[in-house]
Amino acid sequence: MSATMTGAQIVLKALQDQGVEHIFGYPGGAVLPIYDEIFQQDAVEHILVRHEQGATHAAEGYARSTGKPGVVLVTSGPGATNAVTGLTDALMDSIPMVCITGQVATHLIGNDAFQEADTVGITRPCTKHNYLVKSADDLPRILHEAFHVATTGRPGPVVVDIPKDVQFAEAKYMRPTAVKHKTYKPQIKGDIEAIYTAVDLISKAKKPVFYSGGGVINSGPQASQLLREFVKLTGFPITSTLMGLGAFPSADPQWLGMLGMHGTYEANLAMHDCDVMINIGARFDDRITGRLDAFSPNSKKIHIDIDPSSINKNVAVDLPIVGDVAHVLEDMLRVWKSRAVEPDKKALTDWWAEIETWRRRKCLAYRKDDKAIKPQYAVERLYELTKGPNTYITTEVGQHQMWAAQYYRFEEPNRWMTSGGLGTMGYGIPAAVGVQVAHPDALVIDIAGEASVLMTMQEISTAVQYRLPVKIFILNNEYMGMVRQWQELLHGGRYSSSYSEALPDFVKLAEAYGATGIRAEKPDELDDAIRKMIKTKGPVIFDCIVTKEENCFPMIPSGAAHNDMLLADDQGLDIEVSDAGKVMV
Amino acid sequence: MQDQINTHTISVLVDNEAGVLARVIGLFSGRGYNIDSLTVAEVDDGAHTSRITVVTTGTPMVIEQIKAQLGRLVPVHRVVDLTVETDSVERELALIKVSGKGEARVEALRMSEAFRARVVDATPDSFVFELTGRTGKIDAFIGLMRPLGLKEVSRTGVAAIARGAEAM
Ligand SMILES: Cc1cc2nc3c(=O)[nH]c(=O)nc-3n(C[C@H](O)[C@H](O)[C@H](O)COP(=O)(O)OP(=O)(O)OC[C@H]3O[C@@H](n4cnc5c(N)ncnc54)[C@H](O)[C@@H]3O)c2cc1C
Ligand SMILES: Cc1ncc(C[n+]2csc(CCOP(=O)(O)OP(=O)(O)O)c2C)c(N)n1
Ligand SMILES: [Mg+2]
Repeated sequence: MSATMTGAQIVLKALQDQGVEHIFGYPGGAVLPIYDEIFQQDAVEHILVRHEQGATHAAEGYARSTGKPGVVLVTSGPGATNAVTGLTDALMDSIPMVCITGQVATHLIGNDAFQEADTVGITRPCTKHNYLVKSADDLPRILHEAFHVATTGRPGPVVVDIPKDVQFAEAKYMRPTAVKHKTYKPQIKGDIEAIYTAVDLISKAKKPVFYSGGGVINSGPQASQLLREFVKLTGFPITSTLMGLGAFPSADPQWLGMLGMHGTYEANLAMHDCDVMINIGARFDDRITGRLDAFSPNSKKIHIDIDPSSINKNVAVDLPIVGDVAHVLEDMLRVWKSRAVEPDKKALTDWWAEIETWRRRKCLAYRKDDKAIKPQYAVERLYELTKGPNTYITTEVGQHQMWAAQYYRFEEPNRWMTSGGLGTMGYGIPAAVGVQVAHPDALVIDIAGEASVLMTMQEISTAVQYRLPVKIFILNNEYMGMVRQWQELLHGGRYSSSYSEALPDFVKLAEAYGATGIRAEKPDELDDAIRKMIKTKGPVIFDCIVTKEENCFPMIPSGAAHNDMLLADDQGLDIEVSDAGKVMV
Repeated sequence: MQDQINTHTISVLVDNEAGVLARVIGLFSGRGYNIDSLTVAEVDDGAHTSRITVVTTGTPMVIEQIKAQLGRLVPVHRVVDLTVETDSVERELALIKVSGKGEARVEALRMSEAFRARVVDATPDSFVFELTGRTGKIDAFIGLMRPLGLKEVSRTGVAAIARGAEAM
């Protein structure tokens, strides 16, 4: 009979056996036994954040940039409730995360005990799964199961709520290999008949388009490789969602840029006019489809997705293939090659000619300014001076996020971390912290807005403590720009509460944290300032003063169709948005 | 066709672990699906599985979503749409209290015989009837009792099972 351990020791042992090297957390009464075990070992490094929300976003950045699960440890009550935003964010963006929460002792549960919260109740709708561990005997199984559920199938956050008495109780440990799940069995391989039909459909397409998404990133680097091979083999155009950027190299001529609300003209029109759409790991989000009844009205739609609930949720598809992107693409490529399929060259030439006419609109062109820094220009320069395989970009939420998506360019997967589904302001700094922990030698930049960064600014203190040289590049327009843009468009230019009043001096703020502050106000000083930022060894807050009332184009107003797009040269914004459109977010 | 709203009876076999019912109910309320009725009980004490029967309404797309969403809950073993996948038997049990005297009381008793309801409690001025059957039959009986002194009703909701030798 093997010796027993305490629940807290089991937690650390399980983390080690799961290959966890870093956890992000914040202590408190209900997790003290676990913190005591952390203190007595070296295998797992604990990163002390400044707010539990920061721990969750750091874990997300860590996970998205490595493909490994992010691990979080927080105390009961307020520790757990502070983690809720990050859990929801991870659920929306399919990020693998295991979050261990402390809980009051089992006999106190339900008594409104000190720092008690119904953590499993609160987190049930914002996790892929959650557990309340009632006995230390269940702890090893539950912990290993949590990692299994978080990382397989459609990844997501899993909460393990451990009462304090369970952390002290003795039980036998069990290794991960012994864990088999009774009910949870995601489908990995696609149905081969459906794959034959898909190959057939794809080979006959005259106006095809690949529409790839975050599922390609989730599936791993192999999936990106296979996607590249398939796209090259077919010669088809490809666009991607915000979440899928980097899966296909943006330098490639077949790349149309991002699609959707702030996507390129050519990507959205290709989606609208195509006859065969090949959706690979994307979920027909409303930022993509716009008005549903006008979404790509004449296409046959193929949809590869590991989650059956993503299929036919918003858009009815003709050919669903449930499975993992890499596995399905591997089969698809094999079938394609073995049948020696040739795409319709003549039709493709015509299709590309049409796409070229859309490209000539140069939808991302903007008026340069030599007196003030345009935000688009700032991102362009940042890209030129920092690009490379060892650069990782995170963002906050707002206009700057869209400009980052449009003007920064990605050649590899896992280099782009952004809050897409939930759109969480305050994501970028902690996410950058998490990325930097995973990649100590990388250049990690948060392309930020001045309003967003104030939501989780305290994590700069974490960066300073752990010598994480993250660069916070603020496009400071003194507005909640995205909100202001919608107010200009939909609410008669009444800028209700969207001005960033009483901002701190970001340079002095950086210094107060023990970081470096840099400011650029004129286009001609921008490059040198960026170079200085790159050369600075520690964390930097870069206050880039940009033009204040710039709008983010192209834009498909909510409730409009894809071919109803606003471009930069119709700056007037004199469009009519329907009442149905105004209701949408 | 696509907008047509239909009623479906869905059987869900789940691991009988803490919170599993809350997960199912939370899914329906969180995503705005209808629950017409929901029943749950452990059906295999060895394997610790429970069977949940949900009667719900929605367009074909919504029903498909409901099934996919149920299927992706971690403790769910199987989801079967008894309305489309099989021919099934559906039953509900109701306890119906009627009070009255004289003509109404006699009439209530006569009706109960026609519906094959059983009298499970009687006082000089009340009856409690037990009735099993399809939802429609129970609705009809309750409708008839209303003018005859209907007091209160307790219904179990629908339990359903596929016909034939196969198990779900
Ligand atoms: C201010 C703002 C503006 C935005 N504007 C845009 C915009 O203009 N354009 C845009 O694209 N987005 C935009 N977004 C983001 C948008 O809200 C969605 O987050 C995004 O479009 C969803 O991306 P996705 O479809 O790739 O799905 P994801 O959320 O990445 O989901 C991935 C899908 O792939 C599946 N999947 C996961 N793993 C696998 C696997 N291994 N194999 C197969 N399938 C898998 C999942 O089941 C899921 O269906 C914006 C967000 C914000 C905050
Ligand atoms: C936590 C949170 N609260 C509110 C919002 C709504 N919101 C979306 S963008 C935005 C403004 C962001 O301003 P800033 O960070 O300055 O970015 P900008 O749009 O100016 O680039 C707001 C308030 C949100 N996305 N997240
Ligand atoms: Mg701003």
